[in-house]
Amino acid sequence: MSTAALEVTLPTLQNPLYRYLRQDRIPHIWCPGCGIGTALNAFIRALDEMQFDLDKLAVVSGIGCSGRVAGYLNVDSFHTTHGRAIPFATGLKLGNPELKVVVFSGDGDLFAIGGNHFIHAARRNMDLFVVCINNFTYGMTGGQVAPTTPLGATQTTMPYGNFEPAFNLPQLADSCGAVYVARWTVYHVRQLAKAFKEGLSKKGFAFLEVLSPCPTLYSRRNRLGDGVDQLKYYKEKSVVKNGADTREVELTFQGEIVVGKFVDRERPTWLDAMNEHFAQRFGERYTPYGVRHED
Amino acid sequence: MHADPKGVLTGLHFIDGDHAACEGAIAAGCRFAAGYPITPSTEVVERFAARIPLVGGVFIQMEDEIASSIAILGAAWAGHKVMTVTSGPGLSLMMEHIGYAAMTETPCVFVDVQRGGPSTGLPTLPAQADMMQVRWGSHGDYGIIALSPNSPQECFDLMVKAFNLAELYRCPVFFMMDEVVGHMTERVAIPKPEEIEVVPRRFTARKPGEYKAYEPGEDLVPEMVKAGDGYRIHVTGLTHDERGYPAMNPQAQDRLVRRLVEKIRANAHKLVDVRQEHLEDAEVVVVSYGITSRIAAAAVEEARHAGVKVGHLRLVIVWPFPEALVAQLAQRVKAFVVPELNLGQMVREVERVVAGKAQVVSVPHAGGTVHQVEDILARILEVAR
Repeated sequence: MSTAALEVTLPTLQNPLYRYLRQDRIPHIWCPGCGIGTALNAFIRALDEMQFDLDKLAVVSGIGCSGRVAGYLNVDSFHTTHGRAIPFATGLKLGNPELKVVVFSGDGDLFAIGGNHFIHAARRNMDLFVVCINNFTYGMTGGQVAPTTPLGATQTTMPYGNFEPAFNLPQLADSCGAVYVARWTVYHVRQLAKAFKEGLSKKGFAFLEVLSPCPTLYSRRNRLGDGVDQLKYYKEKSVVKNGADTREVELTFQGEIVVGKFVDRERPTWLDAMNEHFAQRFGERYTPYGVRHED
Repeated sequence: MHADPKGVLTGLHFIDGDHAACEGAIAAGCRFAAGYPITPSTEVVERFAARIPLVGGVFIQMEDEIASSIAILGAAWAGHKVMTVTSGPGLSLMMEHIGYAAMTETPCVFVDVQRGGPSTGLPTLPAQADMMQVRWGSHGDYGIIALSPNSPQECFDLMVKAFNLAELYRCPVFFMMDEVVGHMTERVAIPKPEEIEVVPRRFTARKPGEYKAYEPGEDLVPEMVKAGDGYRIHVTGLTHDERGYPAMNPQAQDRLVRRLVEKIRANAHKLVDVRQEHLEDAEVVVVSYGITSRIAAAAVEEARHAGVKVGHLRLVIVWPFPEALVAQLAQRVKAFVVPELNLGQMVREVERVVAGKAQVVSVPHAGGTVHQVEDILARILEVAR
């Protein structure tokens, strides 16, 4: 048998989801055991299942480990300043209402430095899908206390244990007027992908909290083992309570985690309210803003 | 290209500088503004909020100046011409996003109706004390452009120019008004749309895949795209390469930051906009800008009547500073007199460029009102002696 007969062309196997990533930016910066990549994977699966038009999707991130999500996605993506992803996204969305604008950022970025923007975007019902990767810590800067760090957890700037109460993020989003509020962990990959689909389909201010391990900083400092140990914790201590009262879903240090879809309601978006208001005020003189006219 | 007739209120008006500035922005094509109330600038956005629904655009009052200054950048990447409007304390809050706009080369106009500072200072009274802040206020090296109108008419005319320069150079452009110019009511003639030249965004003709977001043209300015057009751009405030991707190394830093500075510096000769009065035979030159130029002009005329060979150089574009012109004058004049509503800001530029070749005299004023003509006249007479 000649050697030529052995030459067969093998099909190039490629993960069908690769096209959603900027492959020239891989490898990513995330640590082994980090959950951000899992959350990103669930997001991409949601996009794929929805056959989402990627040219009409824009992803905006702030600063931090989760802030790097925008840079890996092969869509129009914006890595903004610390805490300001939401107001940038607000301008982007109002600038081109045809875009679906998703904010992907971390708990410190969205709720400490960016907290004011979050509550006002929710109050306005700005048509944004805000995804918060909550790892209870500032990962990029080395594990400082965050507004989400549970009482008692140790962080570099709370070296004797955290004595500040943490935000209950679903309650905050709910009370400010978010029309969709859900929480899952990166253990719940299927539910997470479904929640991403729901958030992408929802009109108005949608909020998804994703609990994610930070083995390098949060887990290590609190002697909680590695990423797998945190996934086991998520698995064992998570309780699904769809429609739960958001006042009752507070997280505690290694305590029970209430997950599920808590809020799903309708309210006019900022832009719809503006258009409706001006149409009433000005009548036919007013041309609705950002509404495509079928010529 | 010409102004969109829909936004242009052609005709004669009797309005203040804040309102005229708003009309200039609308004429220039601005259809998105975000702002937060702050005296003495608020009238600009109040008018914008009243006017824009029927012009076709959006105004949003954000929760603070930090949000306003980045909401406009988001809208700029959606393809809009954008502005935000503020005064001292608000400008201080916007500094990080001025740097972000410079780093991401986002065309935008920041209107600063200056008031007395520091801190809350004099909310209802004038100053020109933000001149260095707009040049150097955000961290790192970058270039900006700043214009300084001295009348409501110029608030209209120069605002159009400010927007045009933002598109041409893709950098933050500052519109440096002050409380007096902002609240002074005068005749404002708004031309016909076809007489108003507006610069469109420099959108690329290249196709996705052939386009690199930060590949500069000959004038060091890259072509732009907008979100939603299929280019799949990545925009970051991190140091980035020509694709727009983060590049954490000294070579990428040098290449990018040098260009951000050089695209203004190398084009500075195209960015000279001054008004010259009696410079031909001048032995003394008054250098002024904004509201102070009106008092300086009166002092120059009085000194001329008294037989002093004095001229007046008024900076319309303040940044980049017209170095070549001032250096040239320094070869032949005896002294420069620099009145300004601060305790000595632009006078430092004059001193730097004159480099000891002539006397440079500051006429400082802490703000709260404008100079007296006599204060400037006295210094002219003193140095002419």
